[in-house]
Amino acid sequence: MSKILIIAEHDGSKLSQVTARCVTCAKHITGAEITIAVFASDPLAVAAAAAALAGVGKVVTITDPKHAHPLAAVLAPVVAKLAGDYTHVLGASTTFGKDLMPRVAALLGVAQISDVMSVEGPYRYKRPIYAGNAIVTVEAASDRKLVATVRSASFEAAPAGGSASITAVSVDAPTPAHTRFVSLSAATSDRPDLQSAQRVVSGGRALGSKENFQLIFNLADKLGAAVGASRAAVDAGYAPNELQVGQTGKIIAPELYVAIGISGAIQHLTGIKDARTIVAINKDGEAPIFEVADFGLVGDLFQIVPALEKGLAK
Amino acid sequence: MRKILVGVKRVVDYNVRVRVKPDGSGVATDGVKMSVNPFDEIALEEALRLRERGEASEVVAVSIGPDDAQQQLRTALAMGADRAILVKTDRTLEPLTAAQALLAVVRKENPDIVIVGKQAIDDDAAQTGPMLAALWDRPQATFCSKLQIKGGTAVIVREVDAGLETIEVDLPAVISADLRLNEPRYVKLPDIMKAKKKPLDVIELATLGVSTDAGLKTVLTEAPKPRSKGIIVKDVGELLDALRKRGLVS
Ligand SMILES: Cc1cc2nc3c(=O)[nH]c(=O)nc-3n(C[C@H](O)[C@H](O)[C@H](O)COP(=O)(O)OP(=O)(O)OC[C@H]3O[C@@H](n4cnc5c(N)ncnc54)[C@H](O)[C@@H]3O)c2cc1C
Ligand SMILES: Nc1ncnc2c1ncn2[C@@H]1O[C@H](COP(=O)(O)O)[C@@H](O)[C@H]1O
Repeated sequence: MSKILIIAEHDGSKLSQVTARCVTCAKHITGAEITIAVFASDPLAVAAAAAALAGVGKVVTITDPKHAHPLAAVLAPVVAKLAGDYTHVLGASTTFGKDLMPRVAALLGVAQISDVMSVEGPYRYKRPIYAGNAIVTVEAASDRKLVATVRSASFEAAPAGGSASITAVSVDAPTPAHTRFVSLSAATSDRPDLQSAQRVVSGGRALGSKENFQLIFNLADKLGAAVGASRAAVDAGYAPNELQVGQTGKIIAPELYVAIGISGAIQHLTGIKDARTIVAINKDGEAPIFEVADFGLVGDLFQIVPALEKGLAK
Repeated sequence: MRKILVGVKRVVDYNVRVRVKPDGSGVATDGVKMSVNPFDEIALEEALRLRERGEASEVVAVSIGPDDAQQQLRTALAMGADRAILVKTDRTLEPLTAAQALLAVVRKENPDIVIVGKQAIDDDAAQTGPMLAALWDRPQATFCSKLQIKGGTAVIVREVDAGLETIEVDLPAVISADLRLNEPRYVKLPDIMKAKKKPLDVIELATLGVSTDAGLKTVLTEAPKPRSKGIIVKDVGELLDALRKRGLVS
């Protein structure tokens, strides 16, 4: 039997969809008994959402004001202590999970499997390396705890329909004072969230300026889509960092991905390979983005994008 | 004055499209261009700038890897590191082992700051920094895009999924460099000559008492499933028709 602990990801009030994707991953592990841990200053709403996910056996809450702004250095000793009763500890491979989980693994004295994309057995998993240009199957020792992060784009979100018990627990672990939260500047937007959106419109260096990048926002709004960007567009200041898609940005799997003025470097492609349908608009017919696009349109984006918008309005 | 240790991993150059060996035993690296992991160049650049601003006095580049990793350490020395340490091993290591080896070096060197890359672009693990911080029992500041030193503390802006987070940590601490922390300098020819005279110490991994068995083994390496080839449409009208047929736009 596998006793699996999933670390919930949330913003203090809402459970992130990536946690529901971790649940689906965990369900593929034979004999999985799934517990979700919610660390928060006020965990009730998040815990209720976690308990409602189908397949979850139990939700445990750890209430502490210090978890209002989670810091890996503060959270990891608590998670490591809580992990005592479990065989597997999973988190999403978001910036939150990538910060926290390796610290937990090291405290437990075990290696970590990053970016699990499929479950081949309780101790056997597939994960991408080299920006997704190779896939490895790794096998972990079954007599040690297994710590892993889950590649969200590889798993559907677990549906609602569960009614797990919610239990408050207290964990006795040291609180280091050496790391302090100062501030978070989070973009607030009415647009869909890039990580979980069904449709995404992304712009690249070709947009040429922050003002021109507005074209991408306009088209996205027409489509009810989230906005993404290439690294070059973010580096140039056309779009904020949280919109970067790719190896070192967000890995996404929307139904529709529209890449506009993006060449298709491997570091970008690795972030979009799981999209159901990829559309590429680029004036260079030889651009590598066309190798992965389902539908390619060769031409000047400054003519095509307004025409697309008009066509959608009809 | 402050000492900074920088992790420098030898990896396949980011421009190379790696190929999987037909027998599934790994990726082909024979004759392939090797470089300093791009994030480690950024890490080193930040360390050099701190030294140039008078906020550090010594920058030490550390690599764990084969003898050939001396090439990447020479590049680091040419960029401006004061000296280098190679922890020699011919095995491919898990990040846990790399972190344990780095810890052994940290114990000898007692740096005030360790800067690593946010991830190595070969294993894409993004683990070594946080693992080293945990083993060392010191703070970590991952995905750093801005770093400021103030006395015994560092203020770090982190690129997180939600936006930008600022945290403050006491030194010593481990920092992992993100893409937008800085733009690394180019190495000039005279610097390459000068680098040849800088000290580069070699230690055998075996002498550090670090176990190379991290409890994880790679059993198969495969090529990813390719996406099926798409089509080129001739105009916006045809594109919209195709998308409507798939029910993607109304
Ligand atoms: C370690 C590392 C990590 C990286 N991580 C990422 C990552 O996470 N995400 C990422 O995106 N990149 C990443 N990169 C960068 C990546 O290698 C590319 O440099 C980047 O993706 C290029 O962005 P781009 O396609 O917007 O720009 P370019 O490559 O410059 O492409 C612009 C494209 O626009 C086209 N174009 C120009 N004008 C027009 C026009 N008027 N109409 C239509 N098309 C036009 C051009 O033909 C060209 O194909 C990383 C690089 C490194 C080294
Ligand atoms: N063998 C190594 N030698 C030197 N530094 C390393 C090594 N492995 C990892 N690192 C450092 O840790 C970072 C993250 O690596 P990884 O955890 O493998 O993604 C790298 O960018 C390096 O700075």
